[in-house]
Amino acid sequence: MHIPDGFVDVKTAVTASALAVAGLGYALHQVRRELPPRKVPLLGLGSAFVFAAQMVNFPVVGGTSGHLIGGALIAALLGVPAAVVVMATVLIAQCFLFADGGVTALGANVFNMAVLAPVVGGTVYRGVRRLIPGVRGQVAAVAFAGWCSTVAASLACAGQLAWSGTVAWSVAFPAMTGIHLLIGLGEGAISALVFYAVARSRPELTTGVAAPAPRGIVGYGLLASLGVALFVAPFACPWPDGLEAVAAKLGFEHAAREPMASPMPDYLIPGVGNDGVATALAGLVGALIVFGAAVLFSRLLVRRELDATKSVG
Amino acid sequence: MSGFHFGHSHTPYAPEFRPTAAVRVPLAWLAPEWKLAAMLALVTGTALMPLAWWPWHTGVVALLLVVVISARLALRPLGLRLLWLSPFVAGAAVASLWHGPTGPGWLTVAVRGGVCLLTVLVFAAVTPFGALPGVLRRVGVPALLVTTMALMHRYLFVLVDESDRMRRARASRTLVRRRGLGWGMPAEVIGRLFVRASERAERIYLAMCARGWK
Repeated sequence: MHIPDGFVDVKTAVTASALAVAGLGYALHQVRRELPPRKVPLLGLGSAFVFAAQMVNFPVVGGTSGHLIGGALIAALLGVPAAVVVMATVLIAQCFLFADGGVTALGANVFNMAVLAPVVGGTVYRGVRRLIPGVRGQVAAVAFAGWCSTVAASLACAGQLAWSGTVAWSVAFPAMTGIHLLIGLGEGAISALVFYAVARSRPELTTGVAAPAPRGIVGYGLLASLGVALFVAPFACPWPDGLEAVAAKLGFEHAAREPMASPMPDYLIPGVGNDGVATALAGLVGALIVFGAAVLFSRLLVRRELDATKSVG
Repeated sequence: MSGFHFGHSHTPYAPEFRPTAAVRVPLAWLAPEWKLAAMLALVTGTALMPLAWWPWHTGVVALLLVVVISARLALRPLGLRLLWLSPFVAGAAVASLWHGPTGPGWLTVAVRGGVCLLTVLVFAAVTPFGALPGVLRRVGVPALLVTTMALMHRYLFVLVDESDRMRRARASRTLVRRRGLGWGMPAEVIGRLFVRASERAERIYLAMCARGWK
């Protein structure tokens, strides 16, 4: 999801950088105010941890492998403000040290993966934890938060590429978000497994996250919705059909067929007129299914005795 | 963090990135401020320049080649990193084929991406990362962010080595058949790594206090 140099134009780069600086500055302000001095080295060690954890491979079918992204996991372990600082540090180092992600796209990458992903992940984590008690609730919350944060970051990334005029939204949206709907499942599962491993050996590390002040949530919510409104909303409503128009012009639109009968073709629910509303509804149904899967996963993973004896969540 | 990829994925991190390795850094006499400024100017210029101004792109590549040759950079790690990262640029350039006549065009996107990639790689090869926190502090980046960055750089490879050791130890002792995708073991290693990282952070805090921090 790292955008390279030359893929975002000036207006997108400047807007995304402004949002990223605002988010990072706000997080630094909160960390300085709320984090005890004892925990300051944990920010640096947390960044090194995320970097090292991203290098551990998880085998997938057919010789492919994936790795953790970590935005939601670190938000659940350290809280949202600290997670924003940690992820931003990782991205800055990846950009200047290893040329992973472009210098001119650094603002966009920091906004997607260091601001939006931890904010969405941390908020979802807190919400689900309130719904389901105990370690099972925590594990289900981390799994669902991992999926949500990955999908949110990929949506913003697709919007930025489309807004820059580099890749058409009709290509960027299904390619980026479609793939990350699946990658998000892996991210959620790995995050939950890691979180459960920490909860089993050192439960106090997974419960010590201080509750962020309500003001903090309002600030981050405003930033995240501003980003979504700028990068995603212009494209989501009138579904652009550049690719379909080209296909029709070249006369191969009949060649494109659904690979298999799907219950919701083109992410649309039959019987709903407006395309944007239908896409949003399909997204909601998908999110509910993933939420159910996360709850089921946590039930399978967390054994009864642990939930009974160490119910500290 | 680009999600999923093929094959064995140990990124070829060159030894000069490790803060403990005694590697001669080329162009060390040039202040890191100037190297950073030059890199930012070249990258911004390249990302903005249309392809019709091709002398700029050729000039940048020629300049970088002069730096590579005069600084006697090791070509192998540089080439490996370039190969490792170019699929992302190529993939996105292919995706931009579908934008029609209004977009910048795939060739522009590919050339811009490639030249910028080479610029940042050459910059990273001639600038030790350990010099960057000082530069950032001097240009007014908040101290908390600079401290975090310096600590991350100091302990990054410590943790990478630690996770390698834990994986090896675990693999040599676990003699049960792998079940399912086999994600349990790497996840346990990462979880342990977090526990060890937080314990190490406590120790570092005490050591910092003992040396008069705050």
